[in-house]
Formats: sequence, C-alpha cells, structure tokens
Amino acid sequence: MASPVVHLPEAQLRPLLASYDAAVRSRRFHSLLVMACIVAAIGLSSVSAEVDLAKFFGNLGNFTSYIWRLFHLDNGAWVWADPVEWYWGAARWLRLLGETLLMAYVGTALGAIGAFFLAFLAAANVAPRPWLRLLVRRFCELCRTVPQLVFALMFVIAFGLGPLAGVLAMAIHTLGALGKLFAEVVENIDMKPVEGVSATGAHWTAAMRYGALPQTLSNFVSYSLLRFEINVREAAVMGFVGAGGIGMDLIEAIRKFYYSDVSAILLMIVVTVAVIDTLTSMARHRLIGMEERH
Amino acid sequence: MLRLDGVVKKFGDKRAVDGISLVVPKGQMVGVIGQSGSGKSTLLRMINRLNDPSEGRIFFEGADVTRLTGRELRQWRARCAMIFQQFNLAGRLDVLTNVMMGRAFHAPLWRALLKLWTHDEKAMGLSALEGLDMARLSGQRADTLSGGQQQRVAIARALIQEPEIILADEPIASLDPRNTQVVMDALQHINRHFGITVMCNLHSLDLARKYCDRLVGLAAGRLVFDDVPAALTDSVARDLYGLESGEVLGPESRPDLVPAPGLAIAN
Repeated sequence: MASPVVHLPEAQLRPLLASYDAAVRSRRFHSLLVMACIVAAIGLSSVSAEVDLAKFFGNLGNFTSYIWRLFHLDNGAWVWADPVEWYWGAARWLRLLGETLLMAYVGTALGAIGAFFLAFLAAANVAPRPWLRLLVRRFCELCRTVPQLVFALMFVIAFGLGPLAGVLAMAIHTLGALGKLFAEVVENIDMKPVEGVSATGAHWTAAMRYGALPQTLSNFVSYSLLRFEINVREAAVMGFVGAGGIGMDLIEAIRKFYYSDVSAILLMIVVTVAVIDTLTSMARHRLIGMEERH
Repeated sequence: MLRLDGVVKKFGDKRAVDGISLVVPKGQMVGVIGQSGSGKSTLLRMINRLNDPSEGRIFFEGADVTRLTGRELRQWRARCAMIFQQFNLAGRLDVLTNVMMGRAFHAPLWRALLKLWTHDEKAMGLSALEGLDMARLSGQRADTLSGGQQQRVAIARALIQEPEIILADEPIASLDPRNTQVVMDALQHINRHFGITVMCNLHSLDLARKYCDRLVGLAAGRLVFDDVPAALTDSVARDLYGLESGEVLGPESRPDLVPAPGLAIAN
C-alpha cells in the first residue's frame, strides 16, 4: 500500500528542518549544559568527601567484631540462646517504642496540618500575594534546613527532657518539608477548575476549596504517609538528645557497652519500621490505585 | 478486512459492549453512531487493544488480534492508528516530537528514547505536518496550540505510522465548525486516496451522513443499525438516540420538540 504521507521535495523540506532545528537548539543546549554540570558535581564531590577505600577495608575488622559482640550476652552465649535474658527490658522498651510511634504520629499530623494551609499561600499559580508567597517559602526553608536533632536540642533546653521537645522538632521539620512538597502539588494542578470557580465571584478560599483542593488531596495524603514513615525513623533517634522515645535507652546502651541491649532495641526498631513501611505503602498504593480507576 | 466476532466488554456488572459482530472490508469509511455511553469508544479502544475484550474475538486479515502480547501487540497498534477526542498529545513536548511518536514502533528503541530521528524520519514527520498546513509550527510546544491545530498534529502522528486502519474516537467533538471540516476532510482524503480503512465515532448525524460510506449504530452496547447512510431515516435516528435526538438531528427535523434552553448545556 502507498504511504499516506506525501514526501516533500528536498528543497521545500530544508527550510522546514532548519526552522525546527533553530527552535529546539537552545533547549537542547540547556539540557546538555545541565547534564555536564551534574557529572562535574559528582566528580568534585567524590574527591572532597575523601572516599578512602584503603581506610574502609583496613578498619572493616573492628566493625565486624563489634557486630559479633552485639549478638552475645554477657556470659558469652549467643543472644537467641536465652531470649528472656536478651529481652530482659521488653516491657520498658515496648512502652518507649509506643511513645516513639506517638511522637512520630503527632509530629507528622501537626506538621501536615500546618503545611496544608501554607501550601496554597506558597504555590506560584494560586498565591494571593507575591510577598506573602516569598515569606512562606523562606519560612518553610528555614523549618526544613535546620536538622531535626538541632531543633530537638534547642527545645530540650527550653522545655526540659521528654517527648514534647521531640514532637515539636518533628512538627517543625515536617511543616517545612511538606510545605514545599504540598506547594509543588498545588503548582501542578489544572487551573481550569479554579478559573471556573473564581469566575462565579467566589472568594479565593472558596476557589481553593472547590477548584484546587479536590485535585491535590490524594497527593497530600500520599506525601504525609511517606513523611510518617520517615518520622518514625527520626523519632527513634530523638532520644539521643533527650527528646523522648526509645532513642534514650539506645544511646545509653551504646555508650555503656550493653552489647545485647543494643541489638535487642535495634531489632525492635527495625521490625517496627518495616511494619510501618509496609502498612503505609499499602495505604498509599491503594490510594493511587483508586485515583487511576476514576 | 477487520472482523469482530461476538465482542463483549464488561466493566463490573455493566456490559459496555454487548456481543457485537461486524465485518469491515478494506478501504471503507465507517461511521459509528449512538448515544453517549452506548459503547462506541469502548468498541474502538478494544480494536486498538487499549481495552481488552471480556469475551469474543477480533480478527484482522484472518489473524486473531485479541491474543497478541508484547512486540506483536505493539506492531498491531502501529497498524491501526488511534485518534482521540482530547488529542492525547504530550503538551510539554514540541509538535514534531509528538508527531515522531508515530515512528516509535518502527525505529530502534534506543534511537526513539534519545530522540535521534534520522533525516528521513524527520522529513516524513514534517511532510505529514505540511500536508495538514502545520509544518511551520513544528518547534512549538503542543499545549500552546488551539484544539484544531492539536488534532491535526495527532492526525500527522497517525499518518506516519503508515497505518492500515485509522480509529478516530469522536475526533471533532472538541472542535469548532471550521476545524471540524478540516479534520473530517483530512480523514476522508486519507480514506479515498490511500485506501486506508477509517472507523470514526461521531455524535453528529449530519457529519456521519456526509462523510461515511456506511453507518453502524450502537445502543446500550448492542448493534442496532448497519447500513448505508441513506437508510438512516429520522425515525430510525430517533430510536437510536432517544432523548438526545434533538441535538443530533438539528431543529428542523424535530417539529415535535420545541428547543428548551436548559437542554443546550445538558451535554
């Protein structure tokens, strides 16, 4: 069968090709430039981070012997030979683990609620005031660039030892991180529904509520669940600076060389994090699946 | 020759397409008509295998296309180009890149992924665009174009697949009258001059009568009409479209109904 495309003569084609090439040349140059920068940055950073393979392999023995000691009781037996002795502090550790989960939950919830409101003020496509948008952006940046442990230390000094400091530190970091992600979700929405609602004379908040929110909600939930996974891990080390949770006992065991306690607590944390990861990713996939069916 | 044999598509309990058997000879221009929700789109999508039939089989030139997988399935899709109501272009990519997707099956994968189209391939894309008066816009982002221009880009994409069938799913439903004519003329031209079979879902009976050799009417997923356009009388059309008949027949052919202002936005 004859091709349905009637080929143009070369003379007619040449100017068309030339004008297409001219149109895409600057874009192509930009992407090549970005790629070159990324490659150069990888090279430079591996030099300055002093990745020293000789040192790594030389000291590998110390590390393995530490691991070996972690899995032995004081009397020299393997830890699983006597689980009751290994988990002598199970009741206390479980309570602390519960406290850790609660810290992560409250911290995530508070941060996500704050981020929810800030996102609409920070998104370039819907922000009501440019200066407010910049202010909110800088605020979110501040919240997420200061490490959580630093915030936690500051709050421990202000409010004393305990989970309150950890929760506050986590809420602030979550606010900053989710504020940015949520704002980006809002920036990716289709503006037609927003225009549709605004054109009726509705207030900005109503336009957000009915035009923007329905498009963003599932992504908000999905990012919040991801953040919860991360915060469970983070909450486990909050105790290192006295900000509550199981980290307090973990750092004590490490410092005082209670080897079997370290492995017992670490195993509990690993299992908990794995369970939370599985549950939240199941929830997120459910959510994404539901979106696609509609 | 395309042959559908008792094709059924179930979505949950609903039978969107309910046992359709149909033979489309090579080179025919077939209009598929019927109410919204009568199964027209699902039918076309099943031929391209964007949806898989729940029951029944589809044959092309004697080969069963309902069982194809992998590369063979993609080859079949390359042979039956699809045109969509909403154009389905990648809005952030430029026009020519969108068109070159029509060669994505034919070109080696690594070249297609790196946008390394040969001179001949680009010439083909630009020629197809020029045939639709669109070559001068080849470097523009697709989402900067009007609906009619986007649909012409989509047709160029379909053409450089060098397909044997073109499946057009309500190709003009989002277009103004002038672009409607441009797009329908283009489809007719492709059909008449290159003998490519065209199956076109249409909502408007006027257009279906004007452009098609044969009309196939669906109602609730079943085939209820299959004849030349002349055989489609207003009374048959009214049965086919029920409440929507006013809007597809035009006011002069429905003296029994006074146009109600509220109905104009019902669709």
